[in-house]
Amino acid sequence: MINLQEVIETNKMIEQENLDVRTITMGISLLDCADKDLAVTCERIYRKITTLARDLVQTGEDISKEFGIPIVNKRISITPISLVGSACCRIPGDYVQIAKTLDKAAKEVGVNFLGGFSAIVSKGMTQSDELLIRSIPMALACTERICSSVNVGSTKTGINMDAVRLMGDIIRQTAEETKDKDSLGCAKLVVLCNAPDDNPFMAGAFHGVSEADAIINVGVSGPGVVKYALEQIDKVAANENSPAHGLANFELLCETIKRTAFKITRVGQLVAQEASSRLGIPFGIIDLSLAPTPAIGDSVADILKCIGVEHPGAPGTTAALALLNDQVKKGGVMASSYVGGLSGAFIPVSEDQGMIDAVEAGALTIEKLEAMTCVCSVGLDMIAIPGDTPAATIAGIIADESAIGMVNQKTTAVRIIPVVGKTVGDTVEFGGLLGYAPIMPVNTFSCQRFVDRGGRIPAPIHSFKN
Amino acid sequence: MTRAIITVVGKDTVGIIAKVCTYLADNQINILDISQTIVQEFFNMMMIVDLTKSVKAFGVISDELTKIGADTGVQVKCQLEDIFDKMHRI
Repeated sequence: MINLQEVIETNKMIEQENLDVRTITMGISLLDCADKDLAVTCERIYRKITTLARDLVQTGEDISKEFGIPIVNKRISITPISLVGSACCRIPGDYVQIAKTLDKAAKEVGVNFLGGFSAIVSKGMTQSDELLIRSIPMALACTERICSSVNVGSTKTGINMDAVRLMGDIIRQTAEETKDKDSLGCAKLVVLCNAPDDNPFMAGAFHGVSEADAIINVGVSGPGVVKYALEQIDKVAANENSPAHGLANFELLCETIKRTAFKITRVGQLVAQEASSRLGIPFGIIDLSLAPTPAIGDSVADILKCIGVEHPGAPGTTAALALLNDQVKKGGVMASSYVGGLSGAFIPVSEDQGMIDAVEAGALTIEKLEAMTCVCSVGLDMIAIPGDTPAATIAGIIADESAIGMVNQKTTAVRIIPVVGKTVGDTVEFGGLLGYAPIMPVNTFSCQRFVDRGGRIPAPIHSFKN
Repeated sequence: MTRAIITVVGKDTVGIIAKVCTYLADNQINILDISQTIVQEFFNMMMIVDLTKSVKAFGVISDELTKIGADTGVQVKCQLEDIFDKMHRI
């Protein structure tokens, strides 16, 4: 039987260490909504989303209350919309019409974000894909809850450099279209390589074509819980005068992260199974992620500091992040029957107070963040850069990040915000979970000739496994 | 059997347990186990209860218990047992 200490430990994690379930995301296939008529397509999309997800928010709130665990977000991911709209969209404005329909449906069911205004163009772009991509700036400017993503490369296909170049322009245009809100549109737009089909986290969530008609995916979180556990083992080691300078050694450090990740993930698994059975929709995966928020004590950067670097960005940061990411997976995998999505530590800048502090202290640069993305779950995330950064430079950053993903067979992403009218030294406030960020300097040497070449970067040799 | 864990945390005050137990008895909620401890002057109590015979919905019981706690100046939470089982038992 459960004892008092265990109950106190769980409730302390929830009340003091920010343990929560970050998101219940319902994946919905919209493939059966496609029609050659735009109005019919929109009507079917609206009807399907508002029917299937009608009880999503209420169910999330019921589960939250009954188990006493906060479930921060209830969200929806959909089939990449370039597939659904290919028969009826002739101009970018047609896709904007679909975006407005999706936004209306999201509002109707009460979810805060809906992801999947997306195109998968890792090898080539269809006419429909290109129309969708060109509609992104306007779609993000005239909607509130829509998130967009474009997958521009994969280990199997290489990198579609035409799409990379186009996305440099699209990010600039999105920043311009939403300049009244500090270019907020770019915070809802992510460029991916090796995007997973079942990611529940925004902005990169979409419901891949390999998925069932509807599915429940859950993203867990809990960086504060890991940090607290690490602080405790160092306190014990200091009291015991441990031979390693009064610090817990790596074996104990790793063991503690694993145990904590196990506990966090078990809660996610419970919530996922409950949500799945109450909604009558199959359970898909748990995404084992340490996802920070701007709240104090809910920071991945603080864990890195606990492991032993003064600020993220100091030498040793990449190794510390690598071990953290690996132990989270090792602990989490045993706690859930199906693990997927992004699964790992997120290192966004604006959403993590410790990362913001590191940038302001001069410890963390984009180049170091890029190195860190080689060993963590995603990529360059929520980084504000000067508004006059050329489109070619943004494309170059995307190409670099995609190359890391392609060669290392992992997901990488770029969610970068060229804030119109701001430059290094300024800060930008996005609000809520998106936080605030100091504008970071970007290498100003040109890569124009590189991105202008056009075509594809071939798949790496180790992708040929047949 | 629907089992829940009720926790009471706060400054030690006369009659906390009595109030909670009276509420449970009035609502046909059976107490299976009680344990308590004082941590840094804070009273921590846990009850494992069986809700099977209760006619009220879980959300209502939870809200009413929280209110009893608020009236006495302590925090009372009612959570389904599964969250603790999943986290602490393989």
